[in-house]
Amino acid sequence: MEENTQTVHAPDTKEDDQTILEIHDLKTYFHLDEGILKAVDGVDLTIKRGKTLGIVGESGSGKSVATKSILQIVDPPGKVEGEIKLKRSRKGKEEWIDIGKLNPTGEKIRDIRGAEISMIFQEPMKAFSSIHTIGNQITEAILIHSEVDQEEAKRIAIDFLIKVGMSNPEQRFDQYPHELSGGMRQRAMIAMALCCNPAILIADEPTTALDVTVQAQVLDLINHLKETLDTSVIFITHDLGVIAEMSDEVAVMYLGKVIEYTDVETLFYGALHPYTQALLKSIPSVAHTKGELDSIKGTVPIPMNLPKGCGFYSRCKYAVNGVCNVDDIPFTKVNDNHYVRCVRLDEIENRG
Amino acid sequence: MIHYIGHRLLQLIPLLIAISIIAFVIIQLPPGDYLTTYINQLELSGTKVSESAIVALERQYGLDKPMYQQYFIWMKNILLHGDFGRSFSWNEPVSKVIGERLVLTMVISIFTLIVTWLIAIPIGIYSAVRQYSVLDYIFSFIGFIGLAVPNFLIALVIVYFVFDTTGIAITGLFSPEYADAPWSFAKVLDLLQRIWVPVLIIATAGTAGLIRTMRGMLLDELSKQYVVTARAKGVAEKKLLFKYPVRVAVNPLISTIGWTLPTIISGEAIVSIVLNLPTTGPVLLDAFRTQDMYLAGSFILILSILTVIGTLLSDILLAWVDPRIRFGGVEE
Ligand SMILES: Nc1ncnc2c1ncn2[C@@H]1O[C@H](COP(=O)(O)OP(=O)(O)O)[C@@H](O)[C@H]1O
Ligand SMILES: [Mg+2]
Repeated sequence: MEENTQTVHAPDTKEDDQTILEIHDLKTYFHLDEGILKAVDGVDLTIKRGKTLGIVGESGSGKSVATKSILQIVDPPGKVEGEIKLKRSRKGKEEWIDIGKLNPTGEKIRDIRGAEISMIFQEPMKAFSSIHTIGNQITEAILIHSEVDQEEAKRIAIDFLIKVGMSNPEQRFDQYPHELSGGMRQRAMIAMALCCNPAILIADEPTTALDVTVQAQVLDLINHLKETLDTSVIFITHDLGVIAEMSDEVAVMYLGKVIEYTDVETLFYGALHPYTQALLKSIPSVAHTKGELDSIKGTVPIPMNLPKGCGFYSRCKYAVNGVCNVDDIPFTKVNDNHYVRCVRLDEIENRG
Repeated sequence: MIHYIGHRLLQLIPLLIAISIIAFVIIQLPPGDYLTTYINQLELSGTKVSESAIVALERQYGLDKPMYQQYFIWMKNILLHGDFGRSFSWNEPVSKVIGERLVLTMVISIFTLIVTWLIAIPIGIYSAVRQYSVLDYIFSFIGFIGLAVPNFLIALVIVYFVFDTTGIAITGLFSPEYADAPWSFAKVLDLLQRIWVPVLIIATAGTAGLIRTMRGMLLDELSKQYVVTARAKGVAEKKLLFKYPVRVAVNPLISTIGWTLPTIISGEAIVSIVLNLPTTGPVLLDAFRTQDMYLAGSFILILSILTVIGTLLSDILLAWVDPRIRFGGVEE
């Protein structure tokens, strides 16, 4: 290995005071009758104030489970392990709290959900309760996390409906989700997620279910609000085209592991992992936004009873028997801000 | 909402007309009529019935007229005079034969419905939230027994068991001293004491079924995205459960209230015979056996109308709790 390449566990940002969330060795396992499904298997992530971390990977690679784990809202029988350290200010003082150690149904974690870290989801129609008004569902979050009365909560909610660009916010407030268009619903969802001024917004494929034009508007909105409200964003997508528009740094996930981690420029001009390279080749055209990653053969296997070694082994064109499928692949530092989980880097770099 | 109710009420009119025609046709369907049965009985007991006597009887009962005329006379009397005709076998106005029994049946049905919901909904919720817990298995086991064993059999066993151990006959809706007494406060109290046995027995199958349904519905809802959203907002588990998935799971059940009524009434018939209850079931059965047409027809008519009204009420209730219905249909 070269001089500047060393094995680390995590991007080393401990002293960086811009870090507000640091995830270390996150493991989320589902103990099923058929065996242990390792949906997330040793993930390290770092979120910096006011920045967007993009998480990209095919469907089934563990993006949703990883981010749900941060809030401890994984479906049963999922079990979350590892450090999820959140920096927050309490009474003017900064403190670190390990979310991973909190009781998933306890009050402490509920104080974080929706207030410090909030989340928006893929299908706003399904993510809203269809039998409660938009206003009811937004004010609920405000009433839980602050000591305002109903009237004040409504004022704040309408204020945020305006911020996300809703026409007739007062009228929207009393409407039900099915009375809104898909784009409007997602805007309402964003208003609900941001109404308590969270430090971190997790957006799990927020535009996948939307029309292309609406998609662009919602992406712009998220970027705009991120700037004005100084929110950090974890942006999940399976679409690298969207990643380019949204992220500062990118984690590429495959089979429950981060296999490449770098800033967005390096990702597009110097990606090293064969999986990332394959993803880049399959960036969907405009007419093909919801397409599968057809240039990669096969699909993501179910992360259960996996063979030793690299998860991408069976689909990788650089794979070498006896090298890639022997041991767990270490996360290797290539550059200051570039980490790759691959043991064939030299060969790949030489081929250019 | 008013608009919705008005709309539904208008829809009822053709439905009710159709029901009345069907009720009338059904009771005419079997070969012969009440007279055939009656004459048969007379002849069996040795009385000769002359040709002219038969004609006289036919005229007396209005059976000589064509069927559609009989129908119109029947309907006219019901609508204008509240007169449902005469019961041939009881030789009394139908309303007198049915009246009190119908009220008692309704009381039992409504009690049964309430008991069913009060027991089934909480157990269903528990079983869903604690899926595969010991209690869930126990409830499921008891539930399947409740579903599999016919109600009248449970009634027989309980009546026998109580009589065998205590010597008290729990049949009937009233103690002997009140059975033929006029209505009084004491009689109502007596009824309220005795009504529980039939109510609980009749409720068994319905409760077992509703537990299964509620459990299944709620399990479906619990894993839905909107529940995750609410949790991600920081809503506490208990509040979340009752505000979101339980309400969504209960909604479709509300619309079944309307048609549980006839199931209860028909399920009640055999239990009533076993328990010797003065309700409509046994009389209805008799009326069909003897082709007592106005009695049977009125029964079918009244029960159908009650069902229709029940359905309407539960639909209105559903529209009231579920905005998607109130605003007419869901997209997607
Ligand atoms: N509730 C669950 N029970 C069992 N397995 C699950 C559950 N949720 C997700 N998984 C599994 O975890 C893996 C990762 O899923 P997910 O995080 O949803 O992927 P992504 O969001 O990247 O598409 C998949 O193999 C999926 O089948
Ligand atoms: Mg996902």
